[in-house]
Amino acid sequence: MVKPRYGERTLTLEDIEAMSLGAWILGTGGGGSPYVNLLNTRQLYKAGRRVRLMDPGMLADEALVAVVSTQGAPIVGQERLANPEISARPLRLMEEFLGRKFDAVMPIEVGGGNGLLPLMIAALSGLPAVDADAMGRAYPEAQMTSFSVANLQCFPLAMADIRGNEILIKRAEDWTWMERISRKICTELGSTATTCKAPRTGAEVKAHGVLYTASKAIDLGKAILAARASHSDPVAAIAEECGGKQMFAGKITDIERRTTEGFLRGRARLAGLDGDRGHEFALDFQNEYTVGSRDGQPVVMSPDLICVVDSVTGDGVATESIRYGQRVSVLALPAPEIFRTPRGQELVGPRAFGFDFDYQSVFEG
Amino acid sequence: MLRIGIDVGGTNTDAVLVDREAVCGAVKTPTTRDVTTGIKTALKDLISQCGDQAREAASVTIGTTHFLNAVVERRRLNRVAALRICLPASASLPPFVDWPEDISGPVNAGSYMVEGGSEYDGRPITRLDEAGIAGIARKLRQDGVSSVGVSSVFSPLNPGYEERAREILQNEYPDVRVTCSHSLGRIGLLERENATLLNAALLDLAAETTEAFENALTDTGIRGKLYISLNDGTVAEAATARQYPVYCFASGATNSMRGATFLTRLENAIVCDVGGTTTDIGCLVNGFPREANSVVTIGGVRTLFRMPDIVSIGIGGGTRVQDAPLRVGPDSVGFRLLEKALVFGGDELTLTDIAVAAGLMQAGDRNALSHVSEDLVDRVLHRVRTDIATHVDRMKTSAEEVPLIAVGGGAPLIPEVLDGISRVHLVENASVANAVGAAIAQVSGETDQVFQGLSREDALATAHRLAKEKALAAGAIQGSLKVVEMEDIPIAYLPGHAIRARVRVVGEIG
Repeated sequence: MVKPRYGERTLTLEDIEAMSLGAWILGTGGGGSPYVNLLNTRQLYKAGRRVRLMDPGMLADEALVAVVSTQGAPIVGQERLANPEISARPLRLMEEFLGRKFDAVMPIEVGGGNGLLPLMIAALSGLPAVDADAMGRAYPEAQMTSFSVANLQCFPLAMADIRGNEILIKRAEDWTWMERISRKICTELGSTATTCKAPRTGAEVKAHGVLYTASKAIDLGKAILAARASHSDPVAAIAEECGGKQMFAGKITDIERRTTEGFLRGRARLAGLDGDRGHEFALDFQNEYTVGSRDGQPVVMSPDLICVVDSVTGDGVATESIRYGQRVSVLALPAPEIFRTPRGQELVGPRAFGFDFDYQSVFEG
Repeated sequence: MLRIGIDVGGTNTDAVLVDREAVCGAVKTPTTRDVTTGIKTALKDLISQCGDQAREAASVTIGTTHFLNAVVERRRLNRVAALRICLPASASLPPFVDWPEDISGPVNAGSYMVEGGSEYDGRPITRLDEAGIAGIARKLRQDGVSSVGVSSVFSPLNPGYEERAREILQNEYPDVRVTCSHSLGRIGLLERENATLLNAALLDLAAETTEAFENALTDTGIRGKLYISLNDGTVAEAATARQYPVYCFASGATNSMRGATFLTRLENAIVCDVGGTTTDIGCLVNGFPREANSVVTIGGVRTLFRMPDIVSIGIGGGTRVQDAPLRVGPDSVGFRLLEKALVFGGDELTLTDIAVAAGLMQAGDRNALSHVSEDLVDRVLHRVRTDIATHVDRMKTSAEEVPLIAVGGGAPLIPEVLDGISRVHLVENASVANAVGAAIAQVSGETDQVFQGLSREDALATAHRLAKEKALAAGAIQGSLKVVEMEDIPIAYLPGHAIRARVRVVGEIG
């Protein structure tokens, strides 16, 4: 039983601008830039459309919720720009298949560009956007969601592209098979496609979603903007807003990237500045930052959120654009409870990313 | 061989005469509103300083922020039509979408989208709408819109659609001038398209400016060939600059860093260029500026250029200073330094006045500073030095101490000792380092195209040959050519082993 906090509210464009800042940071280095989706939402607001954000506590148990995500390579999204009309197509396809209309829409992940995707669809379609997601951040694979942790059904899945192609995957063996099959199709469509994933009931979202994450991204963005306006430290503002810990401040001295099996893997090294002078820090990543080590010792790891931000502006720094010489701060934010369970750790703990140690929260002991 | 380099800055126009080893002459005159008058004065001063040998210089290279300023100040921009080849993709965010209204207003003369473009793997998105493009060309002809920016999805991988669009536009409208996005940039449709549209908006100004530069040479009796400095520290013939003015946006910073390396023979160092309006801090790696490859906002428009990685802070000789509360910049009196600064009889306190009061510089009339307290001078210098030290530290990438080269007219403002710096180098002619960098700049040739049916080695060899031919055609000396970049990207799905090969060579001006 989720007690509503605010019911429903209409987002202002300022809320959405703030959310794009917050979502980029909650993307923990991945999820793609929210810039194009922000531009689209601005265009829709100019045309008089608005986004209603719905408190998950207001969801009826039997409500039908669309879970949306853009799949594919972020680099393709920089050329074939997201378009709300096309992003809304898989929802219609799913509605036709189910013979039932959706009551609301939510993102699979709040982090990065996907965090703003349901806003675009909500503004266009008039559906409310649910203030929740299934990660509380961004993760690279479809089975790394709270719905998967809870063993919810992974099908059906609908996908559409810019041409007349509409695809429905009626059934898949498990989340991993669904990921493999949909990834193949997505590649064929040009390596970018909006998907409407297995629909959820209101009861499922309330029980197994990560709740109030849109609000979290908005508040985070607003805290950064307020810090900038008052010339105070945006990094401290992020830590305070999210109950996080400042782990390290330094400069990127080395960055190594390799693309394997469709993932961007690698490691960034930092030399300490200010209070961390004389120390080193390393950031391992697989699309998102997975493990942070201080002087060779792992100190922060998934599922805790490892957020890297520009030390001066507080802007999120992505694994695909982090560069030599950049001055950044590393923050840890607490993981959603569901990922701290044994099943959660199995899916998104350090071992899921190939490390030989168990999850130890930076917020305990 | 003698060369002339000219740097037109916001405050001063500098000119130098340089031979292979050293600076033979250097002059500094105020930048004029029309730019050309200042250049002519500088050239005449240089001739009277160095005598007739200046007239014999083989080349004259001009670095200017003229085009950048035109964008920033929204002056003298052409009206431009945008043609994007993308449908059915990318339709919800049309060209000019994220431009500030005060620039899209005067520039945007119509925005058109047609079917076509490529996927990431080179396959066509759909068939190119040739009839649609012909119709747009006729409409532009009717409207009298003669400058067009053409962009296409994934054109850096496959420029064919943009090339074909150019042909169709020119068939229907022979007077049209077309800028294609693949000649300007890389992946990132909106940013590449923005750069293309800015370029199209600058074509008239570029034509006039390069012609005025040519006249300045003729009028002063200099027969050397005219080159214009580019963002990456190389130069192009005036004809190329006329076609691609956006390539000349950021030459100042690059030139001062290249000049710093020539003057000190140091190949790896931090360079701190204190000019009239800003201090630019950059990092020299093997004699060339370390480059940033990121989104650069120019006059409020997002673009993507390969430019030197520079931190710019609002500290320069013309920076305004106020006391109680203490304020140092970031605004500046700019090219009015010689009327505005106290030492020159003006009524504004600037950093030049502070430097003169502190005995760091000699300029104008020191007696005009009698009311400037020693305490204020100390506090201002402390603020300036702390600011510079913080940003120098930001540019360093290792804890090891590195040398710092102080250049530009305001170089004496740099403290002699800085944390993390092994030695601060102040050299003769540091105040004209950017003009020196312009004079010694090399010429480049680049190929970036898709080859089919060739092995990787053959594709790269062909690209290398074509790049060399371009560099030679642009005036490079055979035998001085060096490859500075070579990369190949295999493109799956295209028949016949398609490879995109990119090669850039540089060489000395002949």
